[in-house]
This record gives sequence, structure tokens and C-alpha cells, in this order.
Amino acid sequence: MLEATLNKQLRDFPLDAKILVHPGEILALMGENGAGKSTILNMLSGLLAPDHGRVRLRDRELFNSAAGISLPVETRNIGYVLQRSAVFPHLSVSENVAYGMKARHWEKHRIAEEAARWMDRLDIRTLATVKAGNLSGGQKQRIALARALATRPDLLMLDEPFTALDVESTAAGKDLIRSFITEKKIPCIIVTHRRSDCRQIADRVCSIRRGSIGWNGKPDDLPETSKGIP
Amino acid sequence: MNRPSFRPDPGRRTLATIGAAVLVASVTLYLALPIVALFFRTTPDLFLSSLMDAEVKSALFLSLSTSLISLAIVILVGTPFAYVHSRTTYPGKIVVDTLIDLPLVLPPAVAGFALLVLYGRVGLLGRYLNLFGITLAFTTIAVIMAQIFVASPFYLRQAKSLFEQLDPAYEQTARTLGASPFRIFATITIPLTAGGLLSGAVMTFGRALGEFGATIMFAGNLPGVTQTMPLAVYGAMQGNFTIGITISILLVIISFAIMIAVRFFAKTGVGHA
Repeated sequence: MLEATLNKQLRDFPLDAKILVHPGEILALMGENGAGKSTILNMLSGLLAPDHGRVRLRDRELFNSAAGISLPVETRNIGYVLQRSAVFPHLSVSENVAYGMKARHWEKHRIAEEAARWMDRLDIRTLATVKAGNLSGGQKQRIALARALATRPDLLMLDEPFTALDVESTAAGKDLIRSFITEKKIPCIIVTHRRSDCRQIADRVCSIRRGSIGWNGKPDDLPETSKGIP
Repeated sequence: MNRPSFRPDPGRRTLATIGAAVLVASVTLYLALPIVALFFRTTPDLFLSSLMDAEVKSALFLSLSTSLISLAIVILVGTPFAYVHSRTTYPGKIVVDTLIDLPLVLPPAVAGFALLVLYGRVGLLGRYLNLFGITLAFTTIAVIMAQIFVASPFYLRQAKSLFEQLDPAYEQTARTLGASPFRIFATITIPLTAGGLLSGAVMTFGRALGEFGATIMFAGNLPGVTQTMPLAVYGAMQGNFTIGITISILLVIISFAIMIAVRFFAKTGVGHA
């Protein structure tokens, strides 16, 4: 389970958010540009420090301002696909997928097996030896997803993961994320603009407005227009 | 009724073409003629035979070895420095930025004189080093110190700018994947900026190889010890003119090779997600 209380004074408004995501649950964060969605993910991952707050993941204290705890990003075991999926352009597709496993010093044969398995699942095995910088936006997003999932994270966070994907790949990506989350029983947060994404993949939706969580409910109850969201 | 024509007058167009051609030719000739003149003052046989001259070989060896050592020091110290400098803010950063750029505009003779004032036998630091039997001025080490002082900005500026331009998303992603700062630096930061860094390194090597003013002030012009190729050319003005021509041609060839290398490496851009 992920439990987080995050406070940070941003340039224009204070960010104040309480996040609770259960194992196997997918939470979608919706909101306008600059509302604070990506900032929340950055704070959970440790890339950005909250002013105050607490982050607990699977009974592990990742951040606690009162106790002076702040685990480094590299030890938090969070799979995070950033908005610009940032595949490493100088590495091949298989080297990209294997990057996190190598960084964690997994055994060589296990890295090769896992990388092959994830490339198969994301349908990028045929591109294994191609330099990632030469690929399309959609292919890069699939690589970024495979790379994040391959490290067996305790929390998966995806920032606008479907923007560069076509309809078919988006559907396949959603199926894959859903099956992974259900199989591994880990919490997942997806930042998205699209209502269709929320309805198709999320178990719960939170709308963020100027740093605060407004509407919080089931995707089926999501109002048709943003006017309906307080 | 005839519609007005917007075509330029053919006469004017010809005049503009001729003007542009004259301008391009003048600039090209101004830059190329002195170089070409060097080649007219020797013959292939004379050039090859004077290459074997002890003075030429000694200056060539000293120039190449000191420039390579200077380059290695600049890369080893300058790369982590430029990285830390580009990723952190600290009081007085703007002063450090200015100091990095200063040798680019400072007359090299002044740089050499300043080094002498600091590290010379009776210099501010040199007098204390001398107590321990350490002498820097007028040694081969002084040649390297002068080259580093004058040439390092070419690498430092380039490295600093490359690290600043690199999209932070790459390093952030690598961190979330569990990579240590050193692994990120070695596997992401350096490979993604390698082309530009190499280009900066080649420019630094070229500047170190051509260093004259600071070297003659701080290291002197001692054959076999501090007499690098540019200093040997200077020495040849009063002695063997043929040797001066040979070393100059060598430096021209090396400079051309450096510019080709810089253009080649500069094609490699910095990574953006």
C-alpha cells in the first residue's frame, strides 16, 4: 500500500495532497497543466523533496520530514515512466530494458532472461539490437514501460503514458499494465489528461486543482466535462 | 495593360554576384595566402630531411608529450569539475564562471608572467616550494602548467555547456531505475555528451600545442626542456630558417587535422528526451 501526505510551496500555490493507493489498485490523477500532478509523482519518487510530509510504501518509510527520513531515489524501488519517456538513445532497446536490472546488480543470465521476457510482452523483441534513439515515440514509450516493469517495482508511476501511442498500442498497453498490477499486487498511479484512459484503466480517479485534490471517486462517476469537477 | 515586374534587374543581379564573389575571395585569400606561402618556401625533399633534424624531433616530441599530458589533466580534473559546477549553485559561482573564461581574453604573456609571479623561484608560492627543493619555473612542468592555464577554458566551457543542455529526464530516469550517481555519470551523462566533449578536448589539445606567450614567459625557451614547436619556430627566426618552415608546416597540418576532427565530433548533439 502507498500512503503519502505531501506538502510543498510551489511558485503560485501550495501543494497539499493526501494519496492512498491499495495494492493492485490503479489511481488516475487528472488535472490541468501545472496543477501539480507531475510534482506529486516527483515527490513520491524522491526526485523532488516535499517541504513536509510522509511517504510510506509497503510498510517502508521512504520519507518522513518529522523523523528526518528521506531515502535516496535509487533505493525507493519505484518504477517511474516520466512524461518524456527518456529512453537512453545511445543504448540498444535490450540495453535500455536491462538498464535497471544491471544497476541493481542482478545476475547476468537472469537479466538476459527478464529483458527478453519483457521485450516479448511489449512486442519490441524484434528491435532488441536497434539503438533506441532511432525509434518512434510509441516504440520509445513501450521501451520505457518495459524498462520500468522489468525492475519489479513496489509502485508503478506513469506520467501521460499513452500520449504517443496509437489506439491499438494504447489498448495493449492498458491491458499489460492492468495484468501486471493485478499479478504483482502493487499500487499504480497514472497521470493522464484523457477521460477515456481513466474509464478504461483506473480503479479510482482524483482530480488535482492548484495543488489540492478535488474530486475523488470511481471512474464511472467521472463527470462528462471539467465543469462537473469541483 | 502590362503588370509591373518584380524580377530584379539582371544588371543589378550580376553586380551583386560579382560583389559577393570578390568578398568571399578576399577573405579566403587573406586567410589562405600566408599558409600557402609556407609551402612555397620549401621542397618535399628539404621538408622530409629537416624532419630528421634533432631540434625538430625534440620540439615535436616535447610539444606532443606536454600537450597530451595537459589534455589528460584537463579532462580528468575538468570533466567532474564542469559537471559539479553545472549541477550546483553556490555563492560566488559567477566569479568562478568568469575565471574559467578569463584566460581566453587574457594576453598569454600576462598569463605566463602571472604564473611566474606566483610559482617563480622568488614568487608568492614558489619561494616556499623552493624550500622543499621544488622548482617549477623554466622546467617542462612549467610548460604543462602554462598550457593548462591557457587551453583549459576550451574544454571547461564546452563541458559545462553540454552538461547544462543535457535533458535532466535521462539522469532522473536512471536514478529511478536504481543507478548510483557514478553509474549514471559513466553510462548516461558521458556517452550522451561524448561528441561535444571530444570536440572540446581536440580544441584544447590544439590550443596547448600552439601555446607560445605564457610558455616563453614562465618556462623559457630551453631546447629539449621547454622548447616546444612554436618556441622552436621563434628560435629559428634568428637561426635556421628551414627548420622554422618545417615546424610551421607541421603545425599547419596538425591544425587542419584538429579542425576536421572538431567538425566531425561537433555533429554529435546533446541528448534530448
